[in-house]
Parts: sequence; C-alpha cells; structure tokens
Amino acid sequence: MKNKTAPLTSYVPAGASHVRRTGSRYTLRRWSVRHAGLLEKVYNIFAEVFLKLHWLWNLIGYSRVERPIVFAEKAVKGFMFDCRMCGQCTLSETGMSCPMNCPKGLRNGPCGGVRADGNCEIEPDMPCVWVEAWKGSRLMQAGGNIHIVQGPVDFSLRGTSAWLSVTARTAAERDAARQAAKEQEQ
Amino acid sequence: MNNSGLDFKDFEETRPGHTSRGRLERILRRGEFAVTAELSPPDSADPNEVFERGAIFDGWVDGINATDGSGANCHMSSVGICALLTRRGYAPIMQISCRDRNRIAIQGDVLGAAAMGVSNILCLTGDGVESGDQPGAKPVFDLDCMSLLETIRVMRDEGKFLSGRKITYRPHLFLGAAINPFAPPYDFRPLRLAKKIEAGAQFVQSQYCFDIPMLKKYMSQVTDMGLHEKCFILIGVGPLASAKAARWIRTNVPGIHIPDAVIARIEGARDQRLESKKICIEIMQQIKEMPGISGVHVMAYRQEELVSEVVHESGVLQGRTVAVGTKAG
Repeated sequence: MKNKTAPLTSYVPAGASHVRRTGSRYTLRRWSVRHAGLLEKVYNIFAEVFLKLHWLWNLIGYSRVERPIVFAEKAVKGFMFDCRMCGQCTLSETGMSCPMNCPKGLRNGPCGGVRADGNCEIEPDMPCVWVEAWKGSRLMQAGGNIHIVQGPVDFSLRGTSAWLSVTARTAAERDAARQAAKEQEQ
Repeated sequence: MNNSGLDFKDFEETRPGHTSRGRLERILRRGEFAVTAELSPPDSADPNEVFERGAIFDGWVDGINATDGSGANCHMSSVGICALLTRRGYAPIMQISCRDRNRIAIQGDVLGAAAMGVSNILCLTGDGVESGDQPGAKPVFDLDCMSLLETIRVMRDEGKFLSGRKITYRPHLFLGAAINPFAPPYDFRPLRLAKKIEAGAQFVQSQYCFDIPMLKKYMSQVTDMGLHEKCFILIGVGPLASAKAARWIRTNVPGIHIPDAVIARIEGARDQRLESKKICIEIMQQIKEMPGISGVHVMAYRQEELVSEVVHESGVLQGRTVAVGTKAG
C-alpha cells in the first residue's frame, strides 16, 4: 500500500502541502514526459504564434501583458509539468520533465543518489526528474539538447513569464538579423 | 617558508600543460596510477586532530579529500581542513558541495582556498539535508555541480567571477567532479561524464565500486567515447566493516550499490573484517588492470588505518614512493 503522506522533508512539492504528497500526483507529469515528442511539436507551433504576436505584445507593452500571461503560463505548465515558474524554462532541453522539481534543483542531469528503482533519493515516492528527462529527451527531435551545459539559475527571474521573455529575445534576435541583412545589401 | 606557513616558491609558475601546481595533477599527467583517500573531518576545533588524521596516510596517497559536510552531517569545514593540511605540505582535494553555500560564498571560498595553497577542487552537488543530522536546515543548491565546475573554470581560465568582474590573480586549480556509474539511468551516466568534462572536469572520482561487471560496462562506453583521454578517472573503493554494516550502508546511504553476492561472501567468512579487506584489495587489483582508469580513491570511513594496508597489499603503487609533506599543493 502506498503511504498517504510521504515522510516530512524540507523539499516543498509544487504548490502543495506535505500532506498532499502521494504517488498519484505524478501521473500528469509522467504523461507529459511520455508524450514529449508531441508536446515538442505543439510547443514549437505555439512559440511561433507567440512570436507572430510580437507586435501586439509590443503595442500593449510587455510589462503590462506580463501578469495575465504569467497567470495562464502558471496554470498550463503547472498542470502539465508541475512547473515552478523559475522564469527560464528548460523543458525543451530536459525531455519535458521540469528540473525545478528536483529537490536539489539540478538542471544538468541526475545526481548519484538515484535509487535502483529510478526514484528520488530524497522523495522516495517520486520518480527521479532526470530519469524521466532522459526518457523524454529520447522521444524528442531536439532531444540532444539534454547535453547542453545549463548555467546557474537567475533567481531574480523567478515568477516571471518564460514565454514572454523567449518571445522578446527571439524577436530581438530576428530584428537584429534583418537589420544586418539590410545593411549588407546597401 | 615565511611566517604565513606557505612556501611562496610554489606561487611562481605552473608546468607547461598543467593548470595547477599540485602533486596530484603532476602524477596523473605523468601517467602514474594515482591513489587518493578520504579524510574523515573531526567534530572538533583542534588542529592536531586534522594532522593526526592526515598522518595516517603518510607515504600512501597522492591526494587527501577534505569532505564538505558529507552526508549532510556537520563537521569541520573543508576550507579549514585544507588550510591546515597545506601548512604541513599535504596535497588536499577540497570538496565543495552546493548544498550549504550560494554562488557568492563559493567563489570567495575558491579564492581563499587557492591562496592557502589548495590545488585541487572537487565539485559536488551534495547530499540532501534530509540525510544528515540536521534535517531542518534550509537546502541552498544555488548552483549545481555542473554550473559550479563551469564557474570555477571561468575563474581560472578567464580570470572572471560569474558576474564578469575581473580577478586580479587567478586561482591555479585542478578541477574534479564525482561520477556514479552504479545508479540509474545507467545508459545516461557516460553521457553525463561527457557533460562534466565539457563543463570543466579534469579528473573524476567515483562512488564506491563493488560491482566490477557493472564498472566494465560503464568503462567500455566511456573508452568508446574517448572520455578517458580527456579526463583522469579514479574509481572509489573501500573496505566494508561487516555484512551488517554493508546492509546498513546499502539501505541508508544514497547512491551506493552493493551486490548481494558481496554481502553473502562477507557473511560467510569467519573474519568478516578481513574478508571485506580482501574483497577491497581484489577490486583494486581488477581496477588497476582495466583500460582507461587512472587511479583509485580509497574511502575507509572510521577505519582509515586500513588505507595503507589495502594500498600496500594490492600493490597498486607498483613500488612507487609517494612524497610526504615536502611540497605544498
């Protein structure tokens, strides 16, 4: 029988109290990893749409649109990935398994403490975030991105929208490239 | 020597192709089979306890690991132990764990340690606070072992802090990391080593090895990828105290894999301590013969006096004499 409550640890589950921590909570997270290939395609289309709307975000103002988008992003990603809103999403590099759910916050691969059954050393009921990530990344076209070394997390971005920051960055890069091309023509 | 206790001749230059002035790097690059050991840090403010614990290894090891709150238990800090050991000319490997300090503290410690003559740093993520004696502590984990490696590599090679601010005198360091070939996801482990090398690892020390076939499998993947040419691989070994202790370690210490056959063999012996020492020696000899491996890391928690015995009886040093406290680093 599965324990209703996991032993108390200092690890705080995504938006939940310690009491609510049971095995069944990982169902959706694991579904997302199993369908990482599909989600990758969906996200790529979604990111393109968001980029196309760059003029709209610019018109309203990125800072003004931040709050409603954060609300939506939190709801969607929280539901599907137990997202922690670190503000610098790496789901595309981590097989659609959110690394911020790792009690050690590892963003570059599993620690040496993974149990023989593939569960977390600290949360015995939770499948290791990185065992899942390795599974998910092999289902993705850009799964090789799991081998990119991720730098330190910028904790000042916590709670901000990664969707918007990615869009703004891509738009800026696109505009810069266009500008460069134009200058080269002249 | 001057009144700082450090030999400043060692601060002059590094050998060509070397990133540190340390003995460990020199021995590994020379192609010798290296031996490192773990010092168990005292729960005390007495420096003599550190010197006594270091002296046990005299003449047998090329580097001494100073653990940083291993198992999330509080002991004397690794910076403190290293500062003491370098004064006596030992070659400490300072472990840094990401559990207790943020990036500001860690970068400061790196400079301080290098100034004290530390040449080797081992970058670790660290055990969770839950496994230690103070489970109510706040886990920090600001960096992870990978970003820690990269941070220190940039400090050394580019002379910059994470913020980009300049460092006037760069720390000369030999950077290490940990590997555990004995935990899932097994097929990802060699790729993770590749990632650590990319981040800056020049040597790695592994978790305890009790399963030679599993290590062989891992090493064949590693040598196929050519990783052993980019990084020195030291495999962790150590004698178990008894079958009971082995069972306890297996269930209570995260990341240690002990096959049932090993425990059964110890249990069946008349002298369990002697039998586990024999097993340790056999494993060391097999590791010595395996391609791609540069040394062993002996961990004999609370039975440190066995380190010299297993190193001697296994013959892994092949008659090489190990320098004792002659040169800092």
